[in-house]
Amino acid sequence: MRITVTVNGRTRSADCEPRRTLADFLRYDLGLTGVHVGCEQGACGSCTVLLDGATARSCCVLAVQADGSDITTVEGMATTSLSPLQESFRRHHALQCGFCTPGMLAVATELLRDNPEPTEAEIRTAIAGNLCRCTGYHAIVTAIAAAARGGDGGSPPSPPEA
Amino acid sequence: MKAAPFDYVRASSAEAAVEALRGGGVALAGGQSLIPLLNARSRRPRVVVDVSRLPLTRIEQDGPALALGALTRLRAAETSPVVRRTVPLLAEALTHVGHVSVRNRGTVGGSVAHADPAAELPAVLLALDAVFSVLGPDGTRVVAARDFFLGRHRTALAAGELLTGIRVPLPPSTARHGLAELSRRPDDLAITAVFTSVVLADGVVADARIAVAGAGPTPIRAGAAENLLRGRAPTPDVLAAAADAAAAATDPVDDVHAPAAYRRDMAAVLTRRALREAVAG
Ligand SMILES: Cc1cc2nc3c(=O)[nH]c(=O)nc-3n(C[C@H](O)[C@H](O)[C@@H](O)COP(=O)(O)OP(=O)(O)OC[C@H]3O[C@@H](n4cnc5c(N)ncnc54)[C@H](O)[C@@H]3O)c2cc1C
Ligand code: FES
Ligand code: FES
Repeated sequence: MRITVTVNGRTRSADCEPRRTLADFLRYDLGLTGVHVGCEQGACGSCTVLLDGATARSCCVLAVQADGSDITTVEGMATTSLSPLQESFRRHHALQCGFCTPGMLAVATELLRDNPEPTEAEIRTAIAGNLCRCTGYHAIVTAIAAAARGGDGGSPPSPPEA
Repeated sequence: MKAAPFDYVRASSAEAAVEALRGGGVALAGGQSLIPLLNARSRRPRVVVDVSRLPLTRIEQDGPALALGALTRLRAAETSPVVRRTVPLLAEALTHVGHVSVRNRGTVGGSVAHADPAAELPAVLLALDAVFSVLGPDGTRVVAARDFFLGRHRTALAAGELLTGIRVPLPPSTARHGLAELSRRPDDLAITAVFTSVVLADGVVADARIAVAGAGPTPIRAGAAENLLRGRAPTPDVLAAAADAAAAATDPVDDVHAPAAYRRDMAAVLTRRALREAVAG
């Protein structure tokens, strides 16, 4: 089935099988490998993108269902420089291997849009469905909180208790 | 894993969906339960009937009931001022269904039709005596929540039937609710959860509704506990007796998440907490 979507501001058309998930469509048919696929079960959140402005796990959406919609992947978040949220992740060491990062950025983008001054508890709830095997989450929470404060340097995360 | 091949039909109307379902298709709404099952090849339907674009998305007070279209997104229902005002227990329960990304896509009808015994929505709708509209080849029929949930992922929906709407009778304005959920992480599927709605008049319980999720093959309405509360003052002893009666009505099994005995104990603990919250108003 032929589908047309707008991805990161560009209109793209391609043929795809009905069983193709939106995640695989973005990765393999459009080459947007920033869409990370961890589980294909809706469990890890790494494939999260913005679909018509709201976060969605792209492994739990068929590409044919997304026909006609507007999608932003991590590739669309930066222009010539990193977005303030991405810059905050960089500054606060909120990633190690980076596998979870595109999904974290997507849910954090939605959180800060809907709730520009989240509490730490609200940040933790917002990312609770996104698994990170590397960072221990602390630096991710710090980065999101700092971005909410307008991207100030903030204090670097304290090292874990010995 | 990748899903096995299937044909895809995008339904143009509820009637067209029923026609396509009749030929052995499976309905696809928000996909938040179905697509993981397809990806794991736990389900291998020949035809997937996409109903997600059908305009069954109303959220309205309709006389003495709240009317929800089956294709209403969970997030739309959760954030609706109408739902918050008319059935606050439902609005609060919705915040516990998965994560925001899941609620952005998942639908109220999909959660009901999926009939996970630990799901929040089926239990709340059972507690509040909701009724479901079902469209089939011979027209629409109405099924009470009490008669709808038949077993683990089993409902009164026959092959070829589409859930189209949900009506929730409005609780009286004096009703107070309480809910208590036990899960591993915020917004995970519950291990066990309890939903209560209580009306107090002159210091005694005039009406009580209690439903337990995650402690049996279906959500369980704790009728004996409700009867025990009616006409009594909600003292700690009375609430404890009701909690024990609710636990006695459960029928849990051992699984990877928790042993049956633990779920039954938690049903009592959570019922007591939910009732305490409700009567504290
Ligand atoms: C990470 C994650 C966490 C989750 N956490 C929770 C949780 O905490 N609590 C919870 O309750 N659920 C949870 N879920 C499950 C899921 O969110 C719900 O079951 C719900 O969203 C399903 O609705 P849907 O519209 O996505 O249904 P779909 O996945 O599209 O369909 C589910 C089933 O219902 C049938 N169906 C759908 N709509 C209709 C209809 N109108 N008529 C007839 N049949 C229909 C389908 O054929 C299918 O069998 C979670 C899911 C994920 C991925
Ligand atoms: S790959 Fe989509 S949630 Fe894990
Ligand atoms: S940085 Fe490696 S999984 Fe999060």
